[in-house]
Amino acid sequence: MKPFDYVRPATVSEAVVAAARPGAAYLAAGTNLLDLMKGNISRPDRLVDVTHLDGLDAIETLPDGSLRIGALVSNADLAHDPAFAKTYPAVAEALLSGASAQLRNAATVGGNLLQRTRCAYFYDTASRCNKREAGSGCDAREGESRGHAVLGWSDSCIATHPSDFCVPLVALDAVVEIEGRGGRREIALDELHRLPGNSPERESALEPGDLVVAVRLPPAARGFAAHARYLKVRDRTSYAFAVVSAAAALRIENGKVAEARIALGGVAAKPWRARAAEDVLRGVAPTADAFQEAAWRALTDAKPSGDNAFKIELARRIVVRALRLAAAGTPARLPALPASPFASTSGAIHA
Amino acid sequence: MPELNLTSAPAHLRHGSNIGQPLTRRDGVLKVTGQATYAADNHPPGMLFAVIAVSGIAHGRVVSLDVAAAKRHPGVVDVMTPDHKPQLAIDPEIKTNPFVFRMETLQSNEVRYANQPIAVVIAETLEAATEGAALLAPRYETLPPLVGLDAGESFVPPVVGVGNPTENHLGDVEAGLASAEKRIDATYETPPQYHNAMEPHAIVVQWDGDRLSVDMPTQGLMLSLARIAELFGIAHDKIHIRSPFLGGGFGSKGLMGGPPVLGIMAAKLVGRPIKLVLRREQMYGPVGHRAPTRQRLRIGADSEGRLTALDHHARTVSSMFDDFYEPAADASHTLYAAPAIRTSHDAVRVNTGTPLFMRAPGEATGSIALESAIDEMAWACGMDPLAFRLKNYAEVEPISGKPFSSKALRACYEQGAARFGWAKRSPQPRQMRDDAGLLVGWGMGTATFPALMFQAEARAAIRRDGSGVMEIGAHDMGQGAWTALAQIAADAVGLDIDRVTFKAGTSDLPDAGIAGGSAHTATAGAAIHSAGAAVIAKLADLATGDERSPLFGAGNTGVIARDGRLIRRDDESRGESYAEILARAGVAEVEARGTGAPNPAAMEEYAMHAHGAVFAEVKVDPELGQIRVTRMVGAFAAGRIVNPRMVQSQLFGGMIWGMSFALHEEAITDRRTGRIMNANLGEYHVPVNADVPPLDVITVEEQDPHVNTLGIKGVGEIGITGSAGAVANAVWHATGVRVRRFPIRIEDLLTQL
Ligand SMILES: Cc1cc2nc3c(=O)[nH]c(=O)nc-3n(C[C@H](O)[C@H](O)[C@H](O)COP(=O)(O)OP(=O)(O)OC[C@H]3O[C@@H](n4cnc5c(N)ncnc54)[C@H](O)[C@@H]3O)c2cc1C
Ligand code: SF4
Repeated sequence: MKPFDYVRPATVSEAVVAAARPGAAYLAAGTNLLDLMKGNISRPDRLVDVTHLDGLDAIETLPDGSLRIGALVSNADLAHDPAFAKTYPAVAEALLSGASAQLRNAATVGGNLLQRTRCAYFYDTASRCNKREAGSGCDAREGESRGHAVLGWSDSCIATHPSDFCVPLVALDAVVEIEGRGGRREIALDELHRLPGNSPERESALEPGDLVVAVRLPPAARGFAAHARYLKVRDRTSYAFAVVSAAAALRIENGKVAEARIALGGVAAKPWRARAAEDVLRGVAPTADAFQEAAWRALTDAKPSGDNAFKIELARRIVVRALRLAAAGTPARLPALPASPFASTSGAIHA
Repeated sequence: MPELNLTSAPAHLRHGSNIGQPLTRRDGVLKVTGQATYAADNHPPGMLFAVIAVSGIAHGRVVSLDVAAAKRHPGVVDVMTPDHKPQLAIDPEIKTNPFVFRMETLQSNEVRYANQPIAVVIAETLEAATEGAALLAPRYETLPPLVGLDAGESFVPPVVGVGNPTENHLGDVEAGLASAEKRIDATYETPPQYHNAMEPHAIVVQWDGDRLSVDMPTQGLMLSLARIAELFGIAHDKIHIRSPFLGGGFGSKGLMGGPPVLGIMAAKLVGRPIKLVLRREQMYGPVGHRAPTRQRLRIGADSEGRLTALDHHARTVSSMFDDFYEPAADASHTLYAAPAIRTSHDAVRVNTGTPLFMRAPGEATGSIALESAIDEMAWACGMDPLAFRLKNYAEVEPISGKPFSSKALRACYEQGAARFGWAKRSPQPRQMRDDAGLLVGWGMGTATFPALMFQAEARAAIRRDGSGVMEIGAHDMGQGAWTALAQIAADAVGLDIDRVTFKAGTSDLPDAGIAGGSAHTATAGAAIHSAGAAVIAKLADLATGDERSPLFGAGNTGVIARDGRLIRRDDESRGESYAEILARAGVAEVEARGTGAPNPAAMEEYAMHAHGAVFAEVKVDPELGQIRVTRMVGAFAAGRIVNPRMVQSQLFGGMIWGMSFALHEEAITDRRTGRIMNANLGEYHVPVNADVPPLDVITVEEQDPHVNTLGIKGVGEIGITGSAGAVANAVWHATGVRVRRFPIRIEDLLTQL
């Protein structure tokens, strides 16, 4: 493995300075970064370990009703926090449908947001990849592209963002708090990940040194607790990335949808918020027809980037189902197989 | 390595003899406490780490390696390349026997497949060696690779599997098809699959002058030893291999491949002990895999559902430089009675590492196609799949016409179907739903695997203190040889299992043959049994020939060995202990050898196979197409069951693998470069716990007086066969969609649901 410096800053501002240098990378739990380093995909000169920084591991409700999640909170701790799971059930369900129990115990909120694509050609250093090496080409185009993007892709890159967590977060208008060389700023999660365009190597809105310190859910996100689900179709029952996933959250008043939130996972280089589909549902009754209409609207711009036309049809059906499940109401307990189409099958013991 | 202590485990509860008892693994405590040393756990003093650099292209030539950059890296000691390596005593491409696997040992700069070893970096630490390998930055002259089942001109290989005829005939298939009332003609595809044993291939090597000490997982100690001896030009008795535990082999550790040879060469090059372990992705190339197949089945049946013809053709691939042909069509030889059967194979050469045996080679690939086709035929005839199979039950082996040495398949069908509740199956597909609205499907498949025997030898001794010793270079891949063979040994010498020192897993012990072909327990067991009988006979000679013994005059066959005593068969009150016999004779120990081997006369007369019936339930989301197996029942008849607990887990493992075959496993090859794009356990899917339903295994009583002395048929591989087809058939029954390309994926169902 390439030799690298390892630094463990004492404060957030020291971390930002240390990470602003070229070749530096933040190290959180390392469940993604260390794999990439072992495979020679990432070759940082310096790791800035943020896991010992104080004050980044809290889950706090702010006076205005927002929820602030520190960047170092583990995926498991967040999902298993009873108040969190009750208030933002689709987020907890998404977290628990990701990776494995061991990985979720280690993985952090910040690392989950900034995990890299699982495109096989990105991982395979013998292949050309614009993300890994800007301008080298994209071997996924014309390659084995079953899992690649159907929305927002470009000829330079057809990769998807693999996070489950981000999908309900983006639906709930999550905000990312960032500490950078210029101090503290915040952006919408929807603005964090970039679509590839001509520069797929630039994956996020983060500048060198930028540290995600927290993710915030605004007060309005609480309004969906009664009708919020995450649904994830996978090639095996657990421990697999989404082929396609969707988060659906509804505010139902007097039998009508007052507000809908819909986002898709596994379809684009970012968690894909389907605002046009949400508009379809505003003020209408939560019927199968309305859900169909919304699903069509969500995928209007979709086009296959390779052997993946099926993902478009699958995404439509997942949107319909996720909406149907959300309309039926959040279950009192998280299902044993979170986010699975088999969530309600008897005999399901665990994921 | 310290002496294995398997007797520190708690004493086993036992009633009666050893064979047949469900002992827990005697090495279990060592394993769960981390005391079991696997090859890579050995760190001799002064050891260096070797890391292989592998090819990024599948076809061409390496034109440069930046050896200087690698050597400049701190900690790197040397870089072994085609230009800088110890000479081998013979060309590794020469096949001195059919079990020679052609291997890459840096003999040239030619590249024949992706992930082929092209250099070895040797360093003080694993990290330095790994970075050294990355710094080699190979440049290539790339030629277009041949990829896939249609890559080039097909040809008919001379043999398939290990020496099986490429074609087999019975009767007139075309006439049988022409006369049929119902016909199907269906083509199935199976993907390349990789063994992916948990323990990667590893070797720790130490040269001491011309003596060689090796720690390496192997399924064939003596085959490996002989191969090392010829490659390095040293005598057999100069080589010592230890392989006490394997973290799985599944066939990939059966024949000596290139990577361990590179480790031995590296140790020779630098004159220090070497450890070389493959990275997971490096196991996708030089150590074998299951070849992809395309299989066409044409089947005809008369108006009563009786088969009139069965034609099974399989296309497969082999590497550019060696020959192993997945004998997929052979699966159609034994199961169904048809008056006309033809099985045939052809192949194309592609830029791949050479395929090899992988758990149920031929049977697994062939079975999923055959069992799917039989299911399709049953449907075409309007018959229940079980009734159809019973109608075409083979009373004798169809092509050879030989009677079976034993065949309890009917009982397997009956008991499996009863346990599963098969009678309640709706004949039409897509009729069954669960409470949640999921589609439910039930499918079945017949399992079969030949009962093989190889050659083995064992040494038994009885010591002055009355305890026993049994020595055999047997292999425990995780299947439980340390336990099951020790049980056979204990019975063979008439002692409690904890009174027998059972030695296995090293090359200085008598040759146990290869742990493969589901034949290890039978073969090694027969050798142990005969060595035990021989040593008891010697002991009996001492006693019955000595007038001071209460057994005097009883004659050799007049005594039996039980609980450390010899007793008169005609008067069980008269006997004496082993210790007493040896003490009086003034002998420290008696020893004897025994062998296990196939019985050609019995093989001439009988067809020998294990059988089974597997029933599976799947649920399918009717809109989203995701599939989940929710129940499986397997009933197997495999002769004598030495240890029911070990056997059950072998069968569980096989059934899980079968479901993996139907729904999960596939190496995805880039069609342009021939590179495998999912060479890791994250993306090469095998079932996880949540995929594995409650499994139910029934072992059906079967006594076979012909297969071998102990009547053992072997259970290592049969579990995959039948299971894969049962799951595939259940998917059809759930959805009405027949998918003929495996694994079955969401998109195969999605638009047809
Ligand atoms: C086998 C496997 C299966 C998986 N399956 C799933 C799945 O099904 N669904 C899913 O959603 N995920 C899955 N994952 C991904 C997993 O969720 C991520 O690896 C994990 O969330 C990353 O968190 P980490 O703390 O380990 O990040 P690290 O690996 O430490 O970091 C990841 C990236 O984020 C950057 N980073 C980390 N923290 C910060 C910060 N605070 N500010 C700025 N940058 C930061 C790092 O520099 C690095 O580039 C899987 C991973 C594995 C290995
Ligand atoms: S799709 Fe994107 S990540 Fe994948 S190879 Fe192309 S550029 Fe790289």
